Amino acid sequence: MSLNIIVLAKQVPDTRNVGKDAMKADGTINRAALPAIFNPEDLNALEQALRLKEMYPGTKVTLLTMGPARAAEIVREGLYRGADGGVVLSDRAFAGSDTLATSYAISAAVRKIGDYDLIIGGRQAIDGDTAQVGPQVAEKLGLPQVTYAEEILKAENGEVLVRRRIESGVETVKAPMPVVVTVNGSAAECRPRNAKNIQKYKYAALPSEVASDEAKKELIEKRPYLQIGEWNAETVEADLSQCGLAGSPTKVKGIENVVFTAKDARRVENSDEEIEKLVKELIANHTIG
Amino acid sequence: MANYYNDNPALRHYLNHPLMERIVSLKERDFADADKYDYAPLDFADAMDSYDKVLEVVGEICGDIIAANAEDVDHEGPRVENGHVIYAEGTKRNLEACRKAGLMGMAMPRRLGGLNFPITPYIMAADIVSRADAGFENLWGLQDCAETIYEFADEAQKEKYIPRVCAGETMSMDLTEPDAGSDLQSVMLKATERPDGTWVLNGVKRFITNGDSDIHLVLARSEEGTKDGRGLSMFIYDKRNGGVTVRRIENKMGIKGSPTCELVYKDAPAELVGSRRMGLIKYVMALMNGARLGIAAQSVGLSENAYREAIAYARDRKQFGKAIIEFPAVGEILSVMKAKLDASRALLYACSRFVDMYKVYDDIAKERKLSVEEKKEAKQFSRLADAFTPLAKGMTSEFANQNAYDCIQIHGGSGFMKDYACERIYRDSRITSIYEGTTQLQVVAAIRHVTTGTYLGWINEQSAKECLPEDQATKGTLEFMTQQYAAAVEAVTGVEDTRYVDFMARRLVEMAGYIVMGYLLLEDTTRCADFRRSLEVFVKYGQAEVAKHADFISNFTPDQLSNYTF
Repeated sequence: MSLNIIVLAKQVPDTRNVGKDAMKADGTINRAALPAIFNPEDLNALEQALRLKEMYPGTKVTLLTMGPARAAEIVREGLYRGADGGVVLSDRAFAGSDTLATSYAISAAVRKIGDYDLIIGGRQAIDGDTAQVGPQVAEKLGLPQVTYAEEILKAENGEVLVRRRIESGVETVKAPMPVVVTVNGSAAECRPRNAKNIQKYKYAALPSEVASDEAKKELIEKRPYLQIGEWNAETVEADLSQCGLAGSPTKVKGIENVVFTAKDARRVENSDEEIEKLVKELIANHTIG
Repeated sequence: MANYYNDNPALRHYLNHPLMERIVSLKERDFADADKYDYAPLDFADAMDSYDKVLEVVGEICGDIIAANAEDVDHEGPRVENGHVIYAEGTKRNLEACRKAGLMGMAMPRRLGGLNFPITPYIMAADIVSRADAGFENLWGLQDCAETIYEFADEAQKEKYIPRVCAGETMSMDLTEPDAGSDLQSVMLKATERPDGTWVLNGVKRFITNGDSDIHLVLARSEEGTKDGRGLSMFIYDKRNGGVTVRRIENKMGIKGSPTCELVYKDAPAELVGSRRMGLIKYVMALMNGARLGIAAQSVGLSENAYREAIAYARDRKQFGKAIIEFPAVGEILSVMKAKLDASRALLYACSRFVDMYKVYDDIAKERKLSVEEKKEAKQFSRLADAFTPLAKGMTSEFANQNAYDCIQIHGGSGFMKDYACERIYRDSRITSIYEGTTQLQVVAAIRHVTTGTYLGWINEQSAKECLPEDQATKGTLEFMTQQYAAAVEAVTGVEDTRYVDFMARRLVEMAGYIVMGYLLLEDTTRCADFRRSLEVFVKYGQAEVAKHADFISNFTPDQLSNYTF
């Protein structure tokens, strides 16, 4: 039994080695000073997908990433490790997206891909640390979600069995497919790039990357597996009012450097009243709003 | 987040040596595989780019995984359970990373599942792996044995075993026995041919690196009643068939992650490789030459590690109000370490290019007749490889030991404690000048090329080449060293006593080594000015060493030999 798996991945600035020039004076990230990398937990997610591919021969792993054309590097990195193909969702209309607009655009692209059993992403990206996009994609697609996954143990007979990391230990849960799974950093590390795959896929590119290179274009025509999908808002039939800045209720007021000191955690019961109480409290103390 | 390839520009320098274009074009048969395999190179630039990218993966795995596991592996080591080896946890993870990255069977042809890399980038990977963990380099580097299967086994055996190696199964070469170490002619392990034409092996092997491997190459006595090397044949033993158990693992000084096994063969089924009686004479000799180049790479990796540990400590450690690197005594040690490291690497890759050239011609000769020109060139490179392999193994392993010694010296009292990597480097280095033939045996192999002039011929060719004006004085020194060497060779061979030549052999081979390495660094300097400092330091050092040997030889008379005889 083979699966169709979509892996959600993001190209992020490497915030693990932040120097003095990491932030610009206006409080935004100085992307030029930070190398762009494959978001670490998305690599954990890719590894889970590749393990399923080994368990269920014939499984197809497709990477989906949103970003500028250079995010194609993420797809190539995935191909080197064993993914089968990828799509870069790229459009000026997506610029300035917050997590809501991002999950809208991604869910539109997932719909366009159409045939899928699992959507696997990292728990969160190291640039925003929100952990919202995965769950929001699930909501928008009306799919069940399993968060904090450490290992996808099985994906057969229409169900996944997932071991997830929770506050006080681990639990193993079952969910019907299709399902969205977000993977925790404590999951298995991603395998290294493979020597044969590197040689096979190193010329994989977006149409826009090879627009002015006739030789490369010809090669990709001869070897269609080198074609990375390049989709825009129109391709995925996105409603522009829900994209980019227009679709983003989050407005950045200012950014400041804070040293995170709070260590205490609070548990909130999973009920509408409790959540409402918490939101009101956060608004009152200006954490949000 | 270290990358042991990207952080070491010398590696790209050697990968991009001008001779690589010839090697790669021949190896790739003018890129005939491009339409047959989706991972075959389209042209020379594409091939070089692929080597570079794959070496980046090697560098990443080594920096992030293998080096990080080295200390635990050294402490934990492998163990024996029910006659089989269980690797240390870190070793298992290292192997898994190498398998997933497809770094096994790198030099094997594509039709058998390999990457079809030339020897040079493969040896570069060995150099990098060894810097991360020299013990692990053994396990990984034993993929070399596939080369012997490729060269001498029949097609069915190649198709059966080589794809398994490329998929990540490990190998071993089962040669040594309790009474057959350097003297392999004394091998006793018995091979018996059964009526159906199959073979079984019975007996004991000792000191077998990775002795519980998946696929073994075994040297055994197939000709009953014989006593010398002509009664020995080469066999493949497949672990899947059973019949060999590990009696014990040696408790070693270094490379502790690499299991050194005592093996018991009880009616172990085996397949004959090639022709009977050729086991030692032909196949083991070829196997050993490959393995010796591998040990040279291991030595260079260890030298690199030793130098980096030493300089990092010397920059960090403060005494008398300043970093110890600022003291001239420490500065000299570090400069000489670096010069020996760079000279070792120059010799390693010169040798690997020669091996590449003759092996690729050997392989082409299986497909078509070589032209007269090609045959001539193949013969030249074969001779150079034959001369440079023992020189490289001997010199680089001795330098690795010296650098490991100096690395501890730089660390002072702390270096004697178990707290720093230097003590492991010191223990791991010690074996390099012993196994796959001691330095003394490398001298035995190399002296022929001293007396027949292979080294001198090559040196004279280098001397005829132009160098940069700023290196003219250094070249003058090398020319002077060459005169001393030539005079010493004449003086020693003039005595016409083989015992006298044997006695002086180490000195003569070392003299050749210093000059050869000096010229190689001179060539490197013309391509990249970064080598100039090492060139100058090394030639300064080599000049004194050559003078010392010249002095010893000219002040020695044959009658004094009795003082050194027992």
